[in-house]
Amino acid sequence: MSRASDVAETAHRRDIRNRWLLSAPALVIIFFAAIGPLFVVLLYSFMVKGDYGDVKYWQFSTEGWFGVLFQRDIFDDTVTLADANIQIFLRSVRLSLMTTLATLVFGFPTAYFIATRPQRTREIWLFLITIPFWTNLLIRTYAIMEVIRNEGVVNSILLKTGIIQEPVQILFTDFSIMLGMVYVYLPLMVLPLYASMEKLDFRLVEAGYDLYATRFQVLRRIIIPLVKPGIIAGSILVFIPALGAYVTPRVLGGGKNLMLGNFIELQFGQGRNWPLGSALSITLMLIVMAALLVYVRSTSSSGASHG
Amino acid sequence: MARGFAIRPMPGFTFIAILCFFMLYLPVSILVIYAFNGAQSIAVWGGFSLRWFRTAMVDTDVRDAALRSFEIAAVAAFVATTCATMAAIATTRTTPYRGLTFKYAFINQPLMVPEIVTAVALLIVFSRIKVWTGYSGLGYLMAAHTAFCIPFAYLPIRARLENMDLTLESAAADLYATPWKTFQRITLPLLWPGVIAGFMLAFVISLDDVVITEFVKSGGQDTLPTYMLGQLRRSFTPAMNAISTVFLVISVVIVTIFFFISRKKD
Repeated sequence: MSRASDVAETAHRRDIRNRWLLSAPALVIIFFAAIGPLFVVLLYSFMVKGDYGDVKYWQFSTEGWFGVLFQRDIFDDTVTLADANIQIFLRSVRLSLMTTLATLVFGFPTAYFIATRPQRTREIWLFLITIPFWTNLLIRTYAIMEVIRNEGVVNSILLKTGIIQEPVQILFTDFSIMLGMVYVYLPLMVLPLYASMEKLDFRLVEAGYDLYATRFQVLRRIIIPLVKPGIIAGSILVFIPALGAYVTPRVLGGGKNLMLGNFIELQFGQGRNWPLGSALSITLMLIVMAALLVYVRSTSSSGASHG
Repeated sequence: MARGFAIRPMPGFTFIAILCFFMLYLPVSILVIYAFNGAQSIAVWGGFSLRWFRTAMVDTDVRDAALRSFEIAAVAAFVATTCATMAAIATTRTTPYRGLTFKYAFINQPLMVPEIVTAVALLIVFSRIKVWTGYSGLGYLMAAHTAFCIPFAYLPIRARLENMDLTLESAAADLYATPWKTFQRITLPLLWPGVIAGFMLAFVISLDDVVITEFVKSGGQDTLPTYMLGQLRRSFTPAMNAISTVFLVISVVIVTIFFFISRKKD
């Protein structure tokens, strides 16, 4: 009797050991080329900056973290808030939030449209949303650049029709960064929204109309609450990459309008302040983790309320 | 009156949706059209021509970058798919055990950290290793790409494993097949579409990467996307559109194949 359970126990242990062995290559690669280096970044954020980039090894300092929000005057050491840094933080958050909102405004009707198509055509619409998602982000950003350049399509049309006499400067503004991000991240909003709308029970919508609800009331009181997990998922999926965006602001912002991603790069390039760059990276990661936590909380609580 | 009342449509939604689809494809379409522009500048249309494709093809920088992109993507996708398949088998069809959630979190981690942060982290670590070992080959890029490709390969493979019919495997076990034999003859053939799908996603993801590659590459290791990023900073010619067009066609073909493979399972 006890022998039988021993045998079962050993088999179970062996099974678990085999499972660890099987997953080992994936875990090792991710550890060395993704997770492990993040700890090195944390360590670097607490070191003294080197004179020509890099850091002075094992000389610790909190100067990197200090530099995230504050600056010290070179002559009299007075401490002030680093306005430039705060500007970049605020611009990044503002642009990311506006991008998220814009993708939601355009993505919601699009996802609803796809979810209400008949089964066969629905797949085609979904496919049309998926294709841009898998095509190169740089190429899509470049495509937007072509359209809004001073010699681009938009300006050419406006000039030819005589609406404007001088080309409008759209490229290299905050607006062009936002436009680019909306364009690039729209599929990330539509796909999760669609996933939750697909499961929408239209009998509830019908019941709403039977009780004399207007279309707007049905949308606000029935559809939106039911697809809320999709709205949250989509918003998080857009907000996170938008906040850490590097390529889109670099190409469409023209080097003047920085976002957090470019500011971090600057510290590792011309800025030669690796500890500050590391501290900024950790800050960005913490914001993202906080957003993910909000997301996990909201999905688990909504799951519980549905029983 | 009630009969004619459609419950599904919302006013204006169809219009916005069609507008969205139109706007998603318009810029890319213009980019592709101008790749066939015969004129010297991108501002004017000079008739249909393939000259920019020729210009791009004879440019050795472009050719080298393209070959490098494919080399890295092939290696990264292959290794990532192999590791992801093993990991997927290790994390499905089991009673929850200690460390299972940990494994999920670990494998999906590259999806959750902003790319720029990973890029900076790899820059720090790899630049150190480059100094220590003196090796500055493509291995670093391949390792970095493999790491962020694993979660993309893992997802479709795991989905396939979870939806698989278990009776065939039980039948094989009843007929005294060893676990390895069962895997070889039953599980793997059934899993194959998932593995191919995973490989394709990993390949496309690797091919498209800009940020991590830009930070990890050593001198003269431009891939096609980082080469293009560099060019965008200087001047751009319609040759850029030609390169982009070829790139787009490759991505679309791979994604279309992926779409049909993953659709078949229903």
